[in-house]
Amino acid sequence: MEILVILVPLALALGGAGLVAFLWSLRSGQYDDLDGAAWRAIADDEPPQDAPVKR
Amino acid sequence: MHVSRDFSHFVRTAGEGVQHIDLAVEGVHCAGCMAKIERGLSTIPDVTLARVNLTDRRVALEWKAGTLDPSRFIDRLEELGYKAYPFETESAEVAEVAESRLLLRCLGVAAFATMNVMMLSIPVWSGNVSDMLPEQRDFFHWLSALIALPAAAYAGQPFFRSAWRALSAKTTNMDVPISIGVILALGMSVVETIHHAEHAYFDAAIMLLTFLLIGRFLDQNMRRRTRAVAGNLAALKAETAAKFVGSDEISQVPVAAIHPGDIVLLRPGERCAVDGTVIEGRSEIDQSLITGETLYVTAEQGTPVYAGSMNISGTLRVRVSAASEATLLAEITRLLDNALQARSRYMRLADRASRLYAPVVHATALITILGWVIAGASWHDAIVTGVAVLIITCPCALGLAIPTVQTIASGAMFRSGVLLNSGDAIERLAEADHVIFDKTGTLTLPDLEVMNAADIPAGIFELAGRLALSSHHPVAAAVALAAGARSPIVGAVEEAGQGVRADVDGVQIRLGRPSFCGAETLVSDVTNLDAEASVVAFSKGSEKFILSVRQGLRPDAQAVIAALKARNIGIEILSGDREPAVIAAAHALGISEWRAGVTPADKIARIEELKRRGAKVLMVGDGMNDAPSLAAAHVSMSPISAAHLSQATADLVFLGRPLAPVVAAIDASRKALHLMRQNLWLAIGYNVLAVPVAISGVVTPLIAAAAMSGSSILVMLNSLRARSASREIV
Repeated sequence: MEILVILVPLALALGGAGLVAFLWSLRSGQYDDLDGAAWRAIADDEPPQDAPVKR
Repeated sequence: MHVSRDFSHFVRTAGEGVQHIDLAVEGVHCAGCMAKIERGLSTIPDVTLARVNLTDRRVALEWKAGTLDPSRFIDRLEELGYKAYPFETESAEVAEVAESRLLLRCLGVAAFATMNVMMLSIPVWSGNVSDMLPEQRDFFHWLSALIALPAAAYAGQPFFRSAWRALSAKTTNMDVPISIGVILALGMSVVETIHHAEHAYFDAAIMLLTFLLIGRFLDQNMRRRTRAVAGNLAALKAETAAKFVGSDEISQVPVAAIHPGDIVLLRPGERCAVDGTVIEGRSEIDQSLITGETLYVTAEQGTPVYAGSMNISGTLRVRVSAASEATLLAEITRLLDNALQARSRYMRLADRASRLYAPVVHATALITILGWVIAGASWHDAIVTGVAVLIITCPCALGLAIPTVQTIASGAMFRSGVLLNSGDAIERLAEADHVIFDKTGTLTLPDLEVMNAADIPAGIFELAGRLALSSHHPVAAAVALAAGARSPIVGAVEEAGQGVRADVDGVQIRLGRPSFCGAETLVSDVTNLDAEASVVAFSKGSEKFILSVRQGLRPDAQAVIAALKARNIGIEILSGDREPAVIAAAHALGISEWRAGVTPADKIARIEELKRRGAKVLMVGDGMNDAPSLAAAHVSMSPISAAHLSQATADLVFLGRPLAPVVAAIDASRKALHLMRQNLWLAIGYNVLAVPVAISGVVTPLIAAAAMSGSSILVMLNSLRARSASREIV
């Protein structure tokens, strides 16, 4: 059962990392525009600045 | 005189040498719009950020300070085909956003803690029936305590604070039993752990908080979005005033940026947006919205004018005495607060129930504990059962049953263009089975339209429209709008009370009274055709034309009437207007029952008669002359354009040109009422089943928490069905 010494802190650390990531994403405004974010994921890349592409 | 647009009121400094503005944009629906707008704005040099928020329909823009004028962005968006206007976040919305974020943070913490505590609890449960060492169990319990206690202290804030506020005001609310249940369960678990007991209830307490927070967050998010839509709507309405920035220079600024002491210009045909005193000029003003007096009042130096007055004939300079509180934004905010906080009949019932319920729950829990002790159980077992009773009877489902539907339905109605003015409007509207329409301003549009535009050569009509731009007369404004005119004719002269004239390529053109254009002979032809119309004449050299201008029917009036008929709702028109006009409208819309030339007293008599026959009447009319009949009807609705909002007695107000919101509101309210009833039965049924089971002592606090959360979530999800109502208009 000595394995608990490693596994329990590991599980808590992973959960904690998830929580920190969630709070960070919240703070950086990633939940402000859920509708837009859904579309941005599949949007085409921006055309290069120096050579504008005619659409 | 030089006129410029000044949006500096809305510009914020965002860091070193960067300026920021938020624009509300109309017509952004999809990813395509988003990409188009962002690319279109990014190509302007010195723009450092252009980001669309598709959820709130807004654009955030940043640029190098001092290089660009914000009005350029608005022009650029106009070229791309979007109407935009600067937007100022009002404090109510800021508060909603902050609250929403706090709840999401609490939810994140609670969910994290729940998952980890459950991870530790499951080995303990399985270990208790197998071969777990007591030391290991204690270790796991202590670890659970280490996670659950700080997490509950943080994530429970919204409940603890609300409970504390209620208790310090010597009342109770839903949060009091929740807080007591959580604190008791946690406290008891710590004592159990110290005494090396087999069970601890950290998992129950933290799971309860997680599920409650989910409900709170959904509710809060709904409110936040409704408020964002309201803010956009008000911004796009763009209430501005012409403020003097120099002796001969005026700037079109938002009403919010006008301060007492400023001097504004009030042109003919403009509605005054501020309170103030005339310091120069002479004109007639229409104060019917403020005083109800329809006769024009003469305004000259020293005459006080109030926000809402319409300037009719001359140009006035007004010194502002009070910045307007009656802006559309303020009005919409007020309406929204009313709708969200309003106590509907069912809601009052639910409130009273939860107020009664809290003491009953506490008493039941106490009696359960004492009862078990008297029956010979140990104090420990008795308290565990008591906590289970407390948790399982949290009247959340009951408390959520009505408000969630109310919030979601009012949000859904808002999106289809209906604002609730009174709290129980939803329930009363759902019962309506007979609709009475006023004609003028309700079935017809409040603004004027040119009825015979098709009979006039396109070139002539366009010229007339361009000439009309030089006049501020309401009829001329209608002509200019109908002709889609954009560039005014240079050198046009307005003769007060007569019309406008100008010379184009050596030919004189005139627009105005028939006598002004020498077209009196043509008038009788048009007036015979349409008795109700106002006429305006246009002459180009010796060519003469008569334009007939009147209020047109709302674009979708016919479809709406058909939709109401399909819903088996009785329809009739009660109008104060003359018979031919009413017949024409009734015929065009397919309404067989109509009365013309009706006085306000007759309207009330008719409503009373229908009431006696047992009909629930929905009166749809514009606020002013219909006010008494609106009040007399079972439920009432007004177009927002009709009268000043603050004077509308209507239960509901709808926005925009279409009439469709009337049907949408009826559908949404019927669905909402249905869901409210369903929710109440769900909540009552749950409590009736669960409480005896909890008292009998077979339920552990964990199962109680799961059952209680389950019932709340069931009610929440059921309420969410009210959203779909908005999508099926007509």
